[in-house]
Amino acid sequence: MNDMTPVEKMTPKDWETDQEVRWCPGCGDYAILKAVQRTLPAIGARPESTVFVSGIGCSSRFPYYVQSYGFHTIHGRAPAVATGVKLANPELDIWLITGDGDGLSIGGNHTMHLLRRNLDCQILLFNNEIYGLTKGQYSPTSRVGTKTPSTPYGSVDRPARPAAFALGSGARFVGRGFDVSKNLPEVLTAAYHHKGAAFIEIFQNCIVYNKDVFNDFAAPKGAEDRQLWLKDGEPMLFGSEKTGGVKGITLDRDNLCLKVVEVTDGDWEAAGVIVHDVKNRSIAHMLVEMPFGPFPMALGVLYDDPAPSFESAIVAQNEQASSGKTPDLQKLLSTGQTWTVSEGGPEL
Amino acid sequence: MASVAEILKPEEGSAPQAEAVVVRFAGDSGDGMQLTGGQFTLSTALAGNDLATFPDFPAEIRAPQGTLFGVSAFQINFGSSDITTAGDAPDVLVAMNPAALKTNVKDLKPGGLIVADTGEFSDRNLAKAKYDANPLEDGSLAQWQVLAFDISQLTMDSVKEFGLGNKEALRCKNMWTLGLALWMFDRDRQPIIDWLRVKFAKAPELADANIAALNAGHAYGETAEIGGDGLKQLHVDAAPQPAGLYRTITGADAVAYGLVAGAQLANLKMFYGGYPITPASAVLHSLSKLKEYGVTTFQAEDEIAAIASAIGASYAGQLGVTCSSGPGIALKGEAMGLAIMTELPLVIVNIQRGGPSTGLPTKTEQSDLYQAVYGRNGDAPLPVIAARSPTDAFDCAIEACRIATQYMTPVILLSDGYIGNAAEPWQVPDVSSFEPFPVEFLETAQEGGLQPYARDEKLKRPWIKPGTPGLMHRIGGIEKQVNTGHIDYAPANHQAMTDIRRNKVLGVADSIPDQEVEQGAAGGKLAVVGWGSTYGPIHQAVRRARAKGHDVSHIHIRHIWPMPKNLGELLKSYDKVLVPEMNTGQLKTVLRDQYLVDAKPLNKTSGQPFRIAEIEAAIEEMIS
Repeated sequence: MNDMTPVEKMTPKDWETDQEVRWCPGCGDYAILKAVQRTLPAIGARPESTVFVSGIGCSSRFPYYVQSYGFHTIHGRAPAVATGVKLANPELDIWLITGDGDGLSIGGNHTMHLLRRNLDCQILLFNNEIYGLTKGQYSPTSRVGTKTPSTPYGSVDRPARPAAFALGSGARFVGRGFDVSKNLPEVLTAAYHHKGAAFIEIFQNCIVYNKDVFNDFAAPKGAEDRQLWLKDGEPMLFGSEKTGGVKGITLDRDNLCLKVVEVTDGDWEAAGVIVHDVKNRSIAHMLVEMPFGPFPMALGVLYDDPAPSFESAIVAQNEQASSGKTPDLQKLLSTGQTWTVSEGGPEL
Repeated sequence: MASVAEILKPEEGSAPQAEAVVVRFAGDSGDGMQLTGGQFTLSTALAGNDLATFPDFPAEIRAPQGTLFGVSAFQINFGSSDITTAGDAPDVLVAMNPAALKTNVKDLKPGGLIVADTGEFSDRNLAKAKYDANPLEDGSLAQWQVLAFDISQLTMDSVKEFGLGNKEALRCKNMWTLGLALWMFDRDRQPIIDWLRVKFAKAPELADANIAALNAGHAYGETAEIGGDGLKQLHVDAAPQPAGLYRTITGADAVAYGLVAGAQLANLKMFYGGYPITPASAVLHSLSKLKEYGVTTFQAEDEIAAIASAIGASYAGQLGVTCSSGPGIALKGEAMGLAIMTELPLVIVNIQRGGPSTGLPTKTEQSDLYQAVYGRNGDAPLPVIAARSPTDAFDCAIEACRIATQYMTPVILLSDGYIGNAAEPWQVPDVSSFEPFPVEFLETAQEGGLQPYARDEKLKRPWIKPGTPGLMHRIGGIEKQVNTGHIDYAPANHQAMTDIRRNKVLGVADSIPDQEVEQGAAGGKLAVVGWGSTYGPIHQAVRRARAKGHDVSHIHIRHIWPMPKNLGELLKSYDKVLVPEMNTGQLKTVLRDQYLVDAKPLNKTSGQPFRIAEIEAAIEEMIS
């Protein structure tokens, strides 16, 4: 990035392209696009050094609408393409856009390995629990019993959980948000500042094929009781006096699991409510597994504990292996056991 | 060609002369036959012989000991004249156990020499090799000369003083055998001794033991000769070679070095995305050690990620390269389409092996030509070139880099398992003689605004690196609008873009040399047309046919797609066209399709290279 160049103040408008946005009216993708276009100028991103890489699916049209470099690749392979882009030029800031089918079904392998290697990038996985672009088949995140053209009697396989998948793959940053949430830019910003692979699951409403499946926690009504917005160093509290009392998340030490406790008179310490520590991997594992229903939906930055990134390790190793060596092609070709043929015949 | 059998007859004077000799070392896959062969190759090259080798080993790393399918063999053909094949039938077979004898003896020339280790011809090993009786004793080898002695015991005796365990001592057997072979062909031991000192630098006692075994084998030859039990020394004169610096090189190393050279000539860094696969992994291994040449290697999670990452690197301004073998290339198909659609440079190397599916991982075949030329969805043209030999693979890799960067296109380079594994002497080229082809990136928008899909006279689009201010744009696999590169599904636009992609690749023919005739006249009775590693046997077969007075020419095609512009006319100037291929007739189909010539196929898919005699017979049949 050109830190030395005087930077003119950019606005969300500067990150829009002249291309007509072609998602269905009312699609959650619009809100995510707006959130990203609001976040980019706020964090001081530069269009020339920003690359959006996507796979295939509704979400993967995203790069066409952001005024930066963009590569709309093939189904599931965006993480692999992004790896090549970043290794070839580590200065570039990579945003990887994928969906539940693209990133967890056909491309699950690549997602896993990118996370394990810890390539420095932001991965935005739009989870709408459905295949939208192919007209509504169930996806790897669809809930059991989802009726679709390919599962007319309801799906029978258990869904993958993106955040748990990411953490299990070795992710050092796991965030969660949803399309219309006002907090989404905050999660995007935290992901941007995390050096390494930052995985964000974004619940996204497919209004045509899977309308309002996230309403049970994403709807504004009752949101306080159903959303746990995590903040580093702050107690895990949700609900309010108005909605039937403040509650918190505590550790059930006997059963080694999380449980919901009532907080009276604001004394969360007495109730044993956990203070969120984004570097605590054990808590992160519990949070990504925390079932919605008995618990609120954990949102925000669930985990953020940077580790050395893949491309920086590759660059360091390349430099180390090259240090003190002068590339000399003629010498390289003349290595090994050689001999010289002169007029008098060969000699060692 | 003189056979060793001839020289086994008592003769006066010093070591007799032979023009060329074929030796095959065969043993258990754990016996170190490839190592023995490799070192014999080196000493042979140092003796100034021209040579060609054919390593042939099982797919299993350590197949059960003594079994027929666990036999590993290494064949070398060396001589004082031009050698282009690993030889048809061996003159000498070194058989380290019954299984090695059983699987290889049928190839041996009548009257050829068998050197066998009696120490391994136990009842148990005979049974494993499915022998009812000991062939060394039952007279079944009467048509050959047999020299059988207990190499195992002789080796143990020779290394006794180093206090190795039985197992370790027996591991020196291959060096004992090599010592004998060096004596037989009047070779210098010193380079092997030097090599052993380096190889076992951390275990000097192993170096000493191996050297002792080597010397003992050599001494045994001398003594046996004096003892008059039939063993004779043979001298093969040095082949006339141009003066200069030489080395041996395998096709895999040649591809790796050629890619490094190509990237340098294009003034680019190289990114290599690979995934382990036989027989292509050697290229990844070779390049992994060359980081100081601006090479980044990435062992991806699968074949698709290997090519996809290479495409990403090309997008970001490096030369993306990936290499695999048939099954891996199949997996890369969709991504090749992406590189064609986004018009990014990319080199895809296919070290072909026997197929389909897993097929014959360690055996050779040329059966991926259709896959290279046609094997993608949609009208997806890309240039294809094929290397004919290990050293030619170097030049072809440079050529692949040139086409990829000068035309903004993926290019497939076809090699095969035979070329990849085989070694041949190589006169080290003068790097300063290579013609550079530096790449220029677009730095500022064209007049009238940025057009990522605008084209030059060759129909090449500009290469724009992310990171360049003011040139932000989006690319992808969806059909592009002419010039702007925006998404465009319009009928006329798809027609136009399909035509552009086709014509751009066909235009590569403007930058390649006319097809030459390797041997014989341009025009005549018969053209034998080949591609890839069949070069050697075709060359020799045509040479022999011409020596008999037949009007035959040899044409060998490097540029498989697009083909040289004069090829059609050239082929039509012959009465007949014969196309020998290690597949069921793939180049033949393309030639018929492109030029309406009545090309006749000669096909072999046994996993083994053609024998000269097989092609010679087909020539005779066509001519008569």
